[in-house]
Order: sequence, then C-alpha cells, then structure tokens
Amino acid sequence: MNTSQKRDTVMLALGLVIFAVLYGLMETGVIGSFWKLNILIIGINIIMAASLNLINGYTGQFSLGHAGFMAVGAYVSVVLTTNFHLPFLAALLAGGAAAGALGCLIGLPTLRLSGDYLAIATLGLSEIIRIVLMNIQYVGGAAGFSGIPHLTTFPWVFFSLLATLFIIKNFVNSTHGRACIAIRENEIAAEAMGVNTTKYKVMAFTIGAAFAGVAGGLFAHVFYIITPLSFTFMQSFNYLIMVVLGGLGSITGAIAGAFVVTFISAILADWPEYRMIIYALALILLMFYRPQGLFGYMELTSLAPFKRFAKGGKDNG
Amino acid sequence: MDEPLLKATNVVEMFGGLKAVSDFNMYINAGELIGLIGPNGAGKTTAFNLFTGVYQPTSGHIAFEGDSLVGLKPYQITQRGIARTFQNIRLFSELSVLDNVKIACHQHVKYGLAEAIFRVGRYFAEEEEVVADSMRLLKIFKLDDKANETAKNLPYGAQRRLEIARALASQPKLLLLDEPAAGMNPQETQELMDMIRWIRDQFSLTILLIEHDMSLVMGICERIYVLEYGQIIAHGTPEEIQNNPEVIRAYLGGEA
Amino acid sequence: MDFMSQVVQQLINGVSLGSIYALIALGYTMVYGIIKLINFAHGDIYMVGAYIGFFAVANAGLGIFPALIISMVLTGLLGCLVERVAYKPLRHAPRISLLITAIGVSFFLEYASMLFVSPTPRTFPEIFDSSVAYHIGEFIVNGQQLLIFAITFVLTVLLTYIVQKTKIGKAMRAVSFDTETAQLMGIDANRVISATFGIGSALAAAGGVLVGVYYNSIDPLMGIMPGLKAFVAAVLGGIGSLPGAVVGGLILGVIEAFVSGFLSSTFRDAAAFAILILVLLFRPSGIFGRDAQEKV
Repeated sequence: MNTSQKRDTVMLALGLVIFAVLYGLMETGVIGSFWKLNILIIGINIIMAASLNLINGYTGQFSLGHAGFMAVGAYVSVVLTTNFHLPFLAALLAGGAAAGALGCLIGLPTLRLSGDYLAIATLGLSEIIRIVLMNIQYVGGAAGFSGIPHLTTFPWVFFSLLATLFIIKNFVNSTHGRACIAIRENEIAAEAMGVNTTKYKVMAFTIGAAFAGVAGGLFAHVFYIITPLSFTFMQSFNYLIMVVLGGLGSITGAIAGAFVVTFISAILADWPEYRMIIYALALILLMFYRPQGLFGYMELTSLAPFKRFAKGGKDNG
Repeated sequence: MDEPLLKATNVVEMFGGLKAVSDFNMYINAGELIGLIGPNGAGKTTAFNLFTGVYQPTSGHIAFEGDSLVGLKPYQITQRGIARTFQNIRLFSELSVLDNVKIACHQHVKYGLAEAIFRVGRYFAEEEEVVADSMRLLKIFKLDDKANETAKNLPYGAQRRLEIARALASQPKLLLLDEPAAGMNPQETQELMDMIRWIRDQFSLTILLIEHDMSLVMGICERIYVLEYGQIIAHGTPEEIQNNPEVIRAYLGGEA
Repeated sequence: MDFMSQVVQQLINGVSLGSIYALIALGYTMVYGIIKLINFAHGDIYMVGAYIGFFAVANAGLGIFPALIISMVLTGLLGCLVERVAYKPLRHAPRISLLITAIGVSFFLEYASMLFVSPTPRTFPEIFDSSVAYHIGEFIVNGQQLLIFAITFVLTVLLTYIVQKTKIGKAMRAVSFDTETAQLMGIDANRVISATFGIGSALAAAGGVLVGVYYNSIDPLMGIMPGLKAFVAAVLGGIGSLPGAVVGGLILGVIEAFVSGFLSSTFRDAAAFAILILVLLFRPSGIFGRDAQEKV
C-alpha cells in the first residue's frame, strides 16, 4: 500500500467512525428531529459545495448557476421515484446524469466566456431552467411537485457524500485534475502545455453539474414537496459563499464552508429576522479579514498532525 | 537536404489595419539553434504566437514537419511537438515547482478518467513516471531542491529556468524561447547559454530563441533572423549579421 | 384593438419599464466600468431609494419632485457610504472577494430593510389619478408613464453633461480607462470612485421612486430582479458604456413587454436571460462595447 492509499484508508476509517457516532446518536434520539434534518442538509450542502468547488475553485471558472443543476437533478429524480416507482439509487443516478448532460450542453458554448461574463451567463441559465420548470405542468408548475416519498435517510446522504468526495479528490489529483488547475492558474500557459482547455473546462463543469444533480435528488426526497422557488439564484449564491468561505480549491474547505454556513443558519433559526443580517455581516467581515477562506488551497491531509498520523509522504494524493 | 522542421512562407498577420508581420519567411532545420532578433515591437513575439497557434495568420503558410499548422489550436500544436516559454513569465504561480512541470507531462499520460477516479489500471505507474520525469528535468535545471516550493516564490532567474524545464516536459522537437535571459545577470546568462546548448544536444532539440542580449545570441546561435517592422531584413550567420549594414542601421539608427 | 395598436401600446409600456431599467443600468455600468465589480447590491440601493421616496410622499406629505430629489440625495450618500465601508478596504483584494462582499451588502440591505420597514409590501400613494390618461389617437399614455419618460430623459441628459463636460466626469472617464495612469496624472481615484457610486445610486433611487409611482407597490425584495435585469441591460448595451445602458434598458423593457403581452408573462424573466446569453455568446462586447483581448 502506498502513502496515498494509506491516507485514503485512514480517511475512510475516520468517516465510518463519524458515521457510526452520528447514526447511533440519531437512532437513540440524542439528536432530535431538528438537528437530524440539519445534518441531512449539511451533508447535501457539502456535496453542492464540493462539486461547485471543482468548477470555481479548481478550474477557476466562475459559475453562479449551481442551483439550476440541483433543480434538474431534483425534478428528474422525484418524477422517477414518485411517478415511475424506480429505486432511489437509480433515480439519484438518473438525476445526476441529466444534470451532467445539461451541464455539458450548456458548458460547451458558455465556457468560452470568462470571469464575470460566465458568472452572469450561468446565473441566467439557471434562472431559465427554473422558469421552464415553473411552466411544465407535468411537474406541478409554480405550485411545485408534491407527494414525494421520504427516501433520503442519513446513510443515503452520508455515503453519497463519501462517494462524491472520493471521486472529486481522485479527479483533482490526476492528470485530468491538474489540467483543470492549470486552467485556473493561467489559461494561456495551460494551452501551451498541451492542455485542451475547452475539453477540461467542460469536463469540470459536467462533473460538477452531475454531483449537483445527485445532491438535488437527495434534497428533494427530504421533503414532501419541492417548488422551483427552492432553486433560485439566491441558493447559488449560498453555495458560492460556502466555497469561498471554506477556501476555493480545497475539498476540506468546501466541507468546512458548507458545515459552517448551514450550522450557523440552523442556530439562528430562532431569530429569523436577524439571521440574514448576521449572515451578511459575517460574510463581509470574512472577506475583510480572511479573503482566501478558512483553508485557502490547503487540505486537512496536508496539515502536519495528520501527516504524522497517516505517515503520509510527499505526494499529493 | 531534408525538408526543414519548421517552414513559414509569406506569412502576414494583420491586427485591424496594422501589419504586425508581413512577408515573413523562415525555415528551421532539425537540430539547429536559431536566433530571432530585432528592435522592440518588430513582431518577434507575434511570430512565436503565430507558430504556436495563439494567433492565426491572415495569410501565408506555416508547416511543421511538412504538415500545416494553420487552423490548429495551441494545445494541438504543442502535441505535435512545439513548446514555448513566455516573455512575461507565465508559470502556474500558485502551484509548486513540481506541479508546474507535472502539468506539462499531461499529453503523455495515457490513463483515462475512470482509471484516475478509481485509481486502477495505469494510474499509479504513470503517476510515478510523471513525478520521476519531472524531477529529472528539475534536477537538470538545478530546481530539484525547490520542487515543493510555490513557483511565485522563486527568484526571477529560477522562474525563467522553470519555464524552460516545464516546456521540455512536453517533450518537444522544437523549443521556442522568448527572451530566456531577460532580467538575468551576466553570470546567470552565461550559465543559461551553456544550459541551452546542453539541452539541445541532450534532448536532440531544435531551438528558436528571441533575445536582446547580443552576447548570448551571437555566442550560441548558428543562424540569425533579423526582424524590423514585421519584416525580415537580414538572415545569416552571426558574422554576417554583425557586418550587415541594414542590421546596423536598424539597431543604431542614423549612426551607421 | 387591432394588432398594430396593440403593438404600439406594448411599445409604450415597454419603454416605461425600460426607462427604469435604464436608470438602474447606468449605475451598474458606471461602477463596472470603474472598478470591474458586478455590484449585486445595486438593486437593493434602488429599493432603498423607493422606500425613501415612499416615506417622503406618504409620511412627510411632500410632492413627487421634492421626494424624488430627497431620495436621490440620500440614496446617493448611502451608495458612497456602502463603497467606503464595504468595498474600499478590498480595493486590492481578489475580485471574487469583492463580489462576495457585494452579495453580503445586498443581503444586508434587504434584511435590514425588512427589520426596519417590515417585509409587507407598501402601497405607494397615488400621485396621479390613474383614470387620467392621455389618448393619442387610439393609444393610451397615462400620467405615470409621461413622468417616467420625462424624468429619465432629464436625468440621462444631466448625466451625459456631467460625464462629458465637468471635471469630475472627465476624471471618471480617465479612471475607468486606466486607473493607475489617471492617478499618475493627479486624479484622486478614491474620490472618483466615491462619486461614481454616489451618482449611480442616485440614478437607481430615481428609478425606485418612479417604479413606486408606476406600480404602486414596493417591498424590501423588490430590487433583486430589476437589479439583475438592469445588469442584463448593461451587458446588452456594452458594459461600461452609458448610451449602451440606456439603449440596453429600453430594448430589454420593450422585449419584456412584448413577451408578456403576446406570449405569457411567466416567460418574461426567461426572455431577459435568454437575451443575455445570446448577447454574451455572439457579441460579448454588447452594442456599444469595445473588444478587449488578453495580450500574450
């Protein structure tokens, strides 16, 4: 076993311990229904943040439309489970595939744009997706799709999350991931080093969209009803905030960002009128004092105590 | 005599109404070390950008190993075997020195997306190879002890060397160096000259370089092209160029 | 009404709506031109302008013109304040930090407004008797629409004068062209940026007050969509271009009026975004914009 495999094993073991503890606390009722729901949301938000991070943080392509892909995954999967009684796993994968396919379709023309223009174009596209959903009567139109079976349980969220992180981590630590990171660092130099920048931008966008679709599927089956209003660009802003807060280009950062944002908003749930004001101020202060986010480009696994623990070597895997 | 490695025929590049390069003719034979000189704004970097697909020629023809390069994207040209460095250094500045070189190995890595994600098949073997190749190049450029440093923290001269190491990692046949000695002190320049000659022999490369440092150009180039206002005004051996009245006029203005 | 008169009627409605987009878009385009920030809080500035106008008319009993001026002045100052407090410290930070801060400011303005003026929509007092309408041939233009046309026209002319003829206007153009060089020429960039936010916010406030008069209803989240649409208008016209913002706003307003008049109002917002994407793909520099490419 080489060092990166060792590190993976340690992380997997750590993940299973966390899972066992949380699951035990939920089953014994120590964690009540309010926090149980919020833990599910935290898990789903981590998938959203990690997948958006692949696009914004690693590939450096500024997307503001992640909620749109989430919506596609959500609607496709609820139709499959509710109307066609397909197994949950199949519905989730189909939702992910649909969102990924749409991401690829949208990415091909729009990823020629860069920076703010791409941001505003993706925002516009996600709003178009939402407006189209509002006008499809088959999925309930503006009133939303109701009667969704409650299929999203903690194990579903946790293992989807684990799979997402595993895949994204391995992707960014491969030549394909390095190509994406090179685009972020310097697109012209990346191209000069033989990287087909269009291909890799679309690839990152597609993978990111696909995971947003899976997250959408999980999200939808937490509730009895979903409406197009659950997926506005305000949601996209939220995911962007999680990613920037945690650190663009860090998986650990995406986890931390999603956790902190969801956790804070859950704590403030009792003071709804102050919640968003505090959130807004926290955001502005964070940008003043730590614009690179909590983790920057760092990963938990590259911190010294962890390295000692896992006896990890020099490689980045 | 064989066909030249790179051949530019009557290349014209217009920016709006401005002729950046006109009637540009150049050939480079395999194994040669060629200099491209000329006053600032003469169109030297434009020529590089045309060879590497950053710009498309307005008219004319560019061929590499007999195949046309016109219409190809920069990454496709790199894959065919032309690598370059940049006048205004373009490193992946937030990444480590090693990662900079690893990225340039990209086109020779064969494992697919699924192999990468599930870490099966060729993944581990090829990744090890990439690291080994990269470290070997870093060693040649005396950067191996800085492999884990962030590229932007390197001293200027080291950044220029890293650019060359990175370009070589793509395993080119033709290497284009855009002012490799810019900002270097005389001793560094001397070391760089030895290095350029050495890598040419070691990697059986062909090299075209743009440089303002005449001692470097005259010292190592076998043939020199002189560009002024987008046109080649002279072409020959260093001795011929040094004695060419056109060149002296272009460089020294009315004094000649 | 026959088809042609319907077209003309939608055109009148579209130009009214478009004028308001134009007023907001001017601020967007000015700010983007000068510090390259998509100021997501700009739509909320417009909302604050609408509320100030509302209180001036409903509570202080002022007429529409004093209310408009008070709203423009106060909102302009708010714009300067936001820039000074939230954006200025980030002048040299990565652009994404600035953008996130703008989103933060936007949330802050929205939810602070909810706290202070309650989230329930307010009904703007009627300035004009809405039954009074001017019939030009068979078309109807009401008082609100005439007011919108007139105010937009006057403000656009005034802004053009400021930007073209005054010292601060020239400084604004210089800073947006090249901040560093402008500073070397002795221009105080901070002051210019501050003035840009002030003027842009005042224009948005005018838009806010006019929307209150036109639609009679204002609420703390009213700025989100018009803010985005105004940005679309600015992109359509060519970001950084003042005539572009006005023309973009008018075109967008007219297209929206036609889509809701002849197709379905539910697709109104989709139309705006579809235009945005088409413009970005086929002419990213917009109608009046300049092309810019990175030098290799």
